[in-house]
Amino acid sequence: MLLDMVMLATGMRESFRSLLLSRGFEIRLAPKGSLPFDSDATIPGVSAITSTLRANPDIREISPVLGASIHILMGSRDVSGSALGIDPSVQGDYELLSGRDVTTADAIVVNDYLLRQLGARIGDTLNVATGYDPQTRTYSGQRKLVVMGLVKFIYGANDQSSSAMRRETLEAMRPQTRDRASLFMVRVRDGANAEQVRDWIEKQLPNVTAISIATAIAQVDERLSYFRQLALILGVVSLFVGFLLVTTLVTVSVNERAGEIAVMRAIGVSRLHVIQQVVLEGVAISFAGAVLGLGLGLITARYLNTILSAFPGLPMAIDFFLFQPRAAWSALGLLIASGIGAGIYPAWRAASLPIAESLRREAIA
Amino acid sequence: MSWPAAAEVESPIVSLREVRRDYALGAERVHALQGVTLDVDRGDYVAIVGPSGCGKSTLLNLIGVIDQPTSGTVSIAGKRVDAMSDREATQFRLRNIGFVFQRFYLLPILSALENVSLPMAEANVSKRERAERAAELLKYVGLGNRERHRPSELSGGEQQRVAIARALANRPTLLLADEPTGELDARTGTEIISLFQRLNADGTTIVVVTHDEDLASAAARKVHMRDGKVVVG
Repeated sequence: MLLDMVMLATGMRESFRSLLLSRGFEIRLAPKGSLPFDSDATIPGVSAITSTLRANPDIREISPVLGASIHILMGSRDVSGSALGIDPSVQGDYELLSGRDVTTADAIVVNDYLLRQLGARIGDTLNVATGYDPQTRTYSGQRKLVVMGLVKFIYGANDQSSSAMRRETLEAMRPQTRDRASLFMVRVRDGANAEQVRDWIEKQLPNVTAISIATAIAQVDERLSYFRQLALILGVVSLFVGFLLVTTLVTVSVNERAGEIAVMRAIGVSRLHVIQQVVLEGVAISFAGAVLGLGLGLITARYLNTILSAFPGLPMAIDFFLFQPRAAWSALGLLIASGIGAGIYPAWRAASLPIAESLRREAIA
Repeated sequence: MSWPAAAEVESPIVSLREVRRDYALGAERVHALQGVTLDVDRGDYVAIVGPSGCGKSTLLNLIGVIDQPTSGTVSIAGKRVDAMSDREATQFRLRNIGFVFQRFYLLPILSALENVSLPMAEANVSKRERAERAAELLKYVGLGNRERHRPSELSGGEQQRVAIARALANRPTLLLADEPTGELDARTGTEIISLFQRLNADGTTIVVVTHDEDLASAAARKVHMRDGKVVVG
């Protein structure tokens, strides 16, 4: 449980961090006062912003992304989903699993969930709309797009119908978003300081919020503080229960071996060595528990992770329980420290046993 | 072969003068020893006998430096031991006293050889020397073929012989035994009595507390106790 709690306390943060860094974009620009895709707001003036950003030699790559809802018309029904308008040469939102990327204006790539919803295959042509008026029951921004590839969206959820097309295509289907972007992803030059670049961007572009990985993690940390507190409390409780259990086990063992310990003292074994032996016993019990608990903890973590990761709207790549060697070492270190602590009281008892009195009691027993 | 190669010390090897030992038992005080004076010479084989509760084991504990008198003096091998600190007493026991108990108290996870080596390890004897001497001692007590056996694989008599070998590990000045045949059958008890006689013949000073008439009769000298006093010694 301690391992699970250590994994939970650090897992989401590390998982989120590696998710953000997975495509190497260190900075994201969102409309002022919002997180990326937190609202439908967009940033105007993509061309001007791109030009401004290119003026900074520390910026290596800029990837503007436009987000929109889409409806895919399937005869009498339609399937709703989301679409990203991207530049395929610099996009950092998906990985191509099969087929080809959106190299042409009439191409679309979709995720597995959407493909299954549609019952479509790569090469099929879809009738895609970007708007729907429920009063007139009419679709707007319609366009025929060919499914070119199957992709996995890095930041997408399992149960999300997602697609991507060229940004120009999406802009053409939604003229009101022309030269607008929901998000910019910025990759900085190797060795450049992302925080300095972020500060520079915020100064140059007052209408955007520039979020570096560190800022994003700080914001996520704030939002996930409940999980961390829960993990901390449960971790402390499990450590305390383990501590009491080991103390009890070792104390019982010392009491049962009082005669043996008294004889060891009688034949000249020093108090220090008795203390060492008893503390070592506590550590050995804790270590054995840690080794057994490691396997059990990993199985439990995997099971719980499957359940929690299935929550709607969470990116597939987010793990609640992330195994990290550091977490395992931390848990092991805490357990060994707890084992040492747990052995101190029974060790003190063992070392303080009055030899003659203990032997007399043993003889009577 | 001589067991042990004892240091040259002045006689008597054990000297108690007007030793009293009182215990608090609830609100009462128990006078376990009431002015005991006793000398044991080097090479002696002394059996302390008497009824239960007469103070035999208390006397042995004081001689073995695992307890301290309420008053009086205790000297072992010419050294006052009645007011030693715990650390001094532990070191003194390690180098000078060998203990054998009614229950053998061998460490169950260690082999016979390792059990015998234990006091030598505590005395920082080299590993090689420990192994050699432990093997030699086990051979001496007739267990040369049982070195690798654990206590659970040995009979009661064999375990007691391992305990005796352990008591001799650091060549003690004095071997103390508290009811060493108490948990053994008659035949095995006789073997242990013979072993004690052989040890004494080889030069070991032995003080044994016992109810066993055969063991007491095998001793060169009997000290009778009653009500915390030596009545015949």
